Amino acid sequence: MSLFDHKVSDLHELIHKKELKVSDLVEESFKRIAQVEDKVQAFLTLDEEQARNTAKVMDDKLASDSAKGLLFGMPIGIKDNIVTKGLRTTCASKILENFDPIYDATVVQKLQQAETVTIGKLNMDEFAMGSSNENSGFKKTYNPWNLERVPGGSSGGSAAAVAAGEVLFSLGSDTGGSIRQPAAFCGVVGLKPTYGRVSRFGLVAFASSLDQIGPITRTVEDNAYLLQAISGVDPMDSTSANVEVPDFAAAMTGDVKGLKIAVPKEYLGEGVAESVRQSVLDALKVLEKHGAVWEEVSLPHSKYALATYYLLSSSEASANLARFDGVRYGYRTPDAENLLDMYKKTRAEGFGDEVKRRIMLGTFALSSGYYDAYYKKAQKVRTLIKQDFENVFANYDVIIGPTTPTPAFKIGENIEDPMTMYVNDILTIPVNLAGVPAISVPCGFDGGLPLGLQIIGKHFDEALLYRVAHAFEQATDYHKQKPQLEGVK
Amino acid sequence: MSRISTEQVKHVANLARLAISEEETEKFTKQLDAIITFAEQLNELDTENVAPTYHVLDMKNVLREDMPKPGLPREEVLKNAPNVQDGQFKVPAILGE
Repeated sequence: MSLFDHKVSDLHELIHKKELKVSDLVEESFKRIAQVEDKVQAFLTLDEEQARNTAKVMDDKLASDSAKGLLFGMPIGIKDNIVTKGLRTTCASKILENFDPIYDATVVQKLQQAETVTIGKLNMDEFAMGSSNENSGFKKTYNPWNLERVPGGSSGGSAAAVAAGEVLFSLGSDTGGSIRQPAAFCGVVGLKPTYGRVSRFGLVAFASSLDQIGPITRTVEDNAYLLQAISGVDPMDSTSANVEVPDFAAAMTGDVKGLKIAVPKEYLGEGVAESVRQSVLDALKVLEKHGAVWEEVSLPHSKYALATYYLLSSSEASANLARFDGVRYGYRTPDAENLLDMYKKTRAEGFGDEVKRRIMLGTFALSSGYYDAYYKKAQKVRTLIKQDFENVFANYDVIIGPTTPTPAFKIGENIEDPMTMYVNDILTIPVNLAGVPAISVPCGFDGGLPLGLQIIGKHFDEALLYRVAHAFEQATDYHKQKPQLEGVK
Repeated sequence: MSRISTEQVKHVANLARLAISEEETEKFTKQLDAIITFAEQLNELDTENVAPTYHVLDMKNVLREDMPKPGLPREEVLKNAPNVQDGQFKVPAILGE
């Protein structure tokens, strides 16, 4: 039994009653890390000394004053593309190997206000480009449910650390499925908020029109609490939305009576494993039993989402990653003849293959003579994909389907062929293109590997996603199962 | 038919400021060709009268008061730089030796 088997609200209660100290929670993290981290490899940087000091200060504070926020003292891991002042932030890239940020991301400032304790920075695919963590410039992360399998990506470290009980919860980022896919593969809860719900200030940009930071947790309830803490408009991010942030936890009434669910036939068709399809149909039965109704619908442009996404995200990435030039921060090649040579060698030596491939694709799609045929064409198809969602949401409350077409694949299985790897994101990508929110919750197992149910909502309707996901979670016990890491006591 | 030539790949790599070897040129040519060929499926769609989506939310210009604020301290800004001289970023000569 781990302290992290308890929900945030229970741990908060224990702290409040002085039956549990923040130091106990932080030690729980480091104890578990000592047990399993050599197998899971979720972290790039641990902030042990600072975390222990923070815990001590908090415990002293607790002794004199008891009124504390819900997340007070809760140990969190942060994906390594979110900048943390004074704590190395690498984006899992050699080009930022020794980067020491000089400010905190807005979400990190908000976590400080909520008084969480940062345990460390989590592994990912380099610059969030990938679906398996095999593209990390430093190391692979392993799926706690089966160490021969990938944890998913790009927030693979964030999902694996939560699944393995190394932290209570974590932050990831999602550009084409990078929170939801690893959450599904690792059997945890991951939410990509509506575009604009959470500030991107301090998130190292991959594709600015698609990127969102979001929470990865054991339970739906904890997910709602963490999103609550990081949401809201931010003057430092002009694309953050000035909309009301509702009380997400209050939405979890357990009531889904009369809920109208749309199930896109494209999400259960070709390429989707039978086990995955069956788990979604079973989940729909559970929701039906609780009074929801579902019908099959069509999102006719789904098949074009993958091509649209790779053109747009790579184009944006090629512009965003132009800043890594060896001048102001990061790696610089030791042998350059002149400035241009320095740029080219620095970037060639600092970036990994997948990052280079996407920079090249994006540069091509934006280059003179090809802009209209590729980039602008993709922007137009994005409109059609967005309209697909609007059409369905005119008549339905949520859309439900699988998060991924298959359970976690084997390490090394897809890495050679970029196209097979990209297909992994086929069910998550349309959501980013439309900017709508979506959550992945555990909905079954196939050969001991977790499966994820994806629930997609209207813009800014995260509260309803939490209501549905929570009702489903309460009616099932998939979330109560934990990976048995071999050889770990 | 190949959509991308090795010459194009070299041109794009130069635009992207990436040094690439002959071997990488071959590899990227093949891979980019596969991706671009895949992307051509978008041409099945008639988008003549479709407006592009640059931003998913209905947002206009976001304005704020133009208030002067102190910038980041110079020492902090320079601390991650690979090479610094006299409080400034230092780069190799533009025209070489």
